[in-house]
Amino acid sequence: MATSAISRRQFVKGAGALMVSFSFFGEASRLLAQSESFFAGDPQATTLDSWLSIAPDGTVTVFTSKVDLGTGVVTALSQIVAEELDVPFEKIHMETGDTSNTIDQAATVGSRTIERGGPQLRQAAAAARQQLLVLASSSLEAPVEALVVTNGVVSVANNPAKKISYGDLIGGRHFNLKIAATGTGWDMIVAPDAKAKEHKDYKIVGTSVPRVDLPPKFTGEFVYTPDVRVPGMLHGRVVRPAVVNSKPTNVDESSIAHIPGVVKVVQEGNFVGVVAQTEWSAIQAAKTLKVTWSTPGTKLPANRAELDDYLKNTKSFRERAVANKGNPDTALPQASKTFEATYRWPFQLHGMIGPSCAVADVSGDKVTIWAGSQGTFNTRKQVADMLNLPEKNVRVIYRESAGCYGRLSPDDVPQDAALMSRAVGKPVRVQWSREDEHGWEPKGPAQLMTAKAGVDAQGNLVAWDFLDRSLPWTTTGMVLLASRQIGMKPKAQGNPNGTDGGGEIYSVDNQRVVAAAIPWLHPDPTPLRTSNLRAPGDLARSFASESFIDEVAAGVGVDPVKFRLKYLAGNKRPTEVLIAATQKFGWQERPSSAGKSTGPIATGRGVAVANRSNTMTAAVAEVEVDKRTGKVIVKRVVLAHDCGLIVNPDGLTNQIEGNVIQGVSRTLMEAVEFDANGVKNLDWATYPVIRYSEVPEVDVVLVNRKDMQPLGGGEPSIVPVPAAVTNAVFDAIGVRLREVPLTPERVLHAINARPSAARVA
Amino acid sequence: MARISLKVNGKSHVVETDPTTPLLYVLRNDLELNGPRFGCGLSQCGACTVVLSGKAIRSCTFPVSAVKNQEITTLEGLGSVAHPHPIQQAFIDEQAAQCGYCMNGMIMTAKALLDKNPHPSDADIKQALEGNLCRCGSHLRVVRAVKRASGQTQKA
Repeated sequence: MATSAISRRQFVKGAGALMVSFSFFGEASRLLAQSESFFAGDPQATTLDSWLSIAPDGTVTVFTSKVDLGTGVVTALSQIVAEELDVPFEKIHMETGDTSNTIDQAATVGSRTIERGGPQLRQAAAAARQQLLVLASSSLEAPVEALVVTNGVVSVANNPAKKISYGDLIGGRHFNLKIAATGTGWDMIVAPDAKAKEHKDYKIVGTSVPRVDLPPKFTGEFVYTPDVRVPGMLHGRVVRPAVVNSKPTNVDESSIAHIPGVVKVVQEGNFVGVVAQTEWSAIQAAKTLKVTWSTPGTKLPANRAELDDYLKNTKSFRERAVANKGNPDTALPQASKTFEATYRWPFQLHGMIGPSCAVADVSGDKVTIWAGSQGTFNTRKQVADMLNLPEKNVRVIYRESAGCYGRLSPDDVPQDAALMSRAVGKPVRVQWSREDEHGWEPKGPAQLMTAKAGVDAQGNLVAWDFLDRSLPWTTTGMVLLASRQIGMKPKAQGNPNGTDGGGEIYSVDNQRVVAAAIPWLHPDPTPLRTSNLRAPGDLARSFASESFIDEVAAGVGVDPVKFRLKYLAGNKRPTEVLIAATQKFGWQERPSSAGKSTGPIATGRGVAVANRSNTMTAAVAEVEVDKRTGKVIVKRVVLAHDCGLIVNPDGLTNQIEGNVIQGVSRTLMEAVEFDANGVKNLDWATYPVIRYSEVPEVDVVLVNRKDMQPLGGGEPSIVPVPAAVTNAVFDAIGVRLREVPLTPERVLHAINARPSAARVA
Repeated sequence: MARISLKVNGKSHVVETDPTTPLLYVLRNDLELNGPRFGCGLSQCGACTVVLSGKAIRSCTFPVSAVKNQEITTLEGLGSVAHPHPIQQAFIDEQAAQCGYCMNGMIMTAKALLDKNPHPSDADIKQALEGNLCRCGSHLRVVRAVKRASGQTQKA
């Protein structure tokens, strides 16, 4: 009977949790989807049944490794499938991120889910529709060309009484159809021969279907990872040292003898955790347990200056020239006027509102994990490697976490839970404390960017030379915290922190844009371990390059929009978003800065344009600066957005508003503070994020390109925000800030230290 | 360990627990109410908010033994997907969330606000919610949702 690697016991428990989480969906599709015998072995991309199934009631269950990270992308993917199949949206049910029943379409990262995952599901649906028409043709005794589909019912066009529903055609049975599928991950091409609908015929794609996940999130019926409960489950917490290569030289279990309900202090290699009957006991025990750690062999940089020395003086492990034409080295000395500036981006937190959480059940050599991982297949491999088990013995079931913005691309906590579950022989739920999360989440990398530009006698931009030096990401295949603590060696160098956003969007005759990947501060994970954080790399690079082009425009006395348009050189999509944003804002042409303001409050406007994952964005920000205190208030941001064909306008607008607000927060107030011993801001009091009183008005302008395929919307609109705000501050007070965040202290210091125009040689 | 009686969402419960346990863990783990969420354990973010005798409190630091006879309302006590409370309906109508993890705190804080001040201004709403953190940036929609729940027109 059971052909999958998951035991009956684990399946039943897993299904129980699933049942609770999605009880608002139809039971029939649930049972079909979860039926253990439905899949004979691993799902294959070349088998249509691996992608979707149709229940007798017409419910379509779609299986995808793409997951909703709280962005609404699963609603959008459902629209794409409903559209292609011609079924009502309500009939779509998505099974997401369960490694036992989905194809690995790569992790949900990089704003690529709609762009790459969307066509994979669309083509599978188109192949299914084609096959359903073949079945209907035989059943209705009419040629396929004579058939039409409405709401999942196939009928004969000139004889509508002759009809049959999808449920009656295939309900509960396999398609048993092979489809073409080549490539892997997000590059996988699925059923390319299946003819998909033309955009002009779309009825569901392009409409603001309300998100399916929101109602239960507003009532407490939604089951997030921290809400997964399995029978016999215990609670665990981790006890971390200052850096991961410290050894626990003494663990004094008597220090927690007075805490009721402690089941076990788990010590394996350098890993220490506590398992208890209740969550509160685990919390108290982890906090109270006396552990003596060996003196760490590594020190972190003591401050930003030491960090900058490291970034400047450490050989990069990869350099990528994003743009390389002409010769900036010869053009710069010949320029009439040159500009040079250095920009700094700090370590920042992903700052999930709910700390990392996972439930693990290690039972003999079979493992079930419930986790919020962005890539459950990556988590499966990481857990399997750590426990020295074949991957097929590990099943990872996705449950949504708090919004993570890239933090759960490397998901550490499933490993913590797996180690503790193995140690006690029972399922264990682990949630990190706030301090664990702030202290040990992999930080958004610090970046150091230098830029040079030259203009000729007429003020034309003739040379551009941009270099970013950035720490890398922890990503697929990395050795995570617990694995390292039990002795696994760090294997990989990390991935470069993206490459785009250094001004390559502009056309300049002599232009070099280089992204240099600098190795980690230490091969062992430290509290300054780094990872991809929303629009990784691009955000900081765009802050620098879009500030710098503003400096050049101001230096030659040209309006910053006009200057940008000239060097966008007619490139249609970025040009049109820039114009759309400035029109909505009511931009008046004049050079920055605005000139001397009277009174204590200065106002200004700033602009920036960006390309992230081929989605074009432009932002215009309006700010007020209190010259007495240095406090910056962002009053309004207009954001114009072109991600090709729009699947769900309100869902996209919601994402853009969120990106803008998070972008303002990261620009004005967010920086991880550290010293040689670790991270200093371990709670929300010391790492402030934006609050209601500081949230700007946000105007979204959607540029819908019906002739294009849909592109991603999860990250791109954060990218132009920091530069737009910083440029607006320059416009207001005539002072250039080149380091984020724009705290009142930093702004006031800059005001007092003026003039600070880019050094003019 | 102690036996503690609680009245939650109109129902009486008796739980056997360490009396120092913060109310949050009792609601979540003993009563299996998932509405209140763990965010910080420090009363800093508001994800754990419940209404206690009409006031929005942070259940992550509020000892269960201090509840006494006071009535507790959690997110589940307002309504369900099948029968949403007007505030929950307003949040649905405004699509006022991204990940939704903080929304328990937003909705319960709004409940306490609207019970006291049925027609709040935007400034009143922002002030009431100032201590509730949202990382996804749903603030503007939340303010609109609370305004809508109060029956006021949307235009400021």
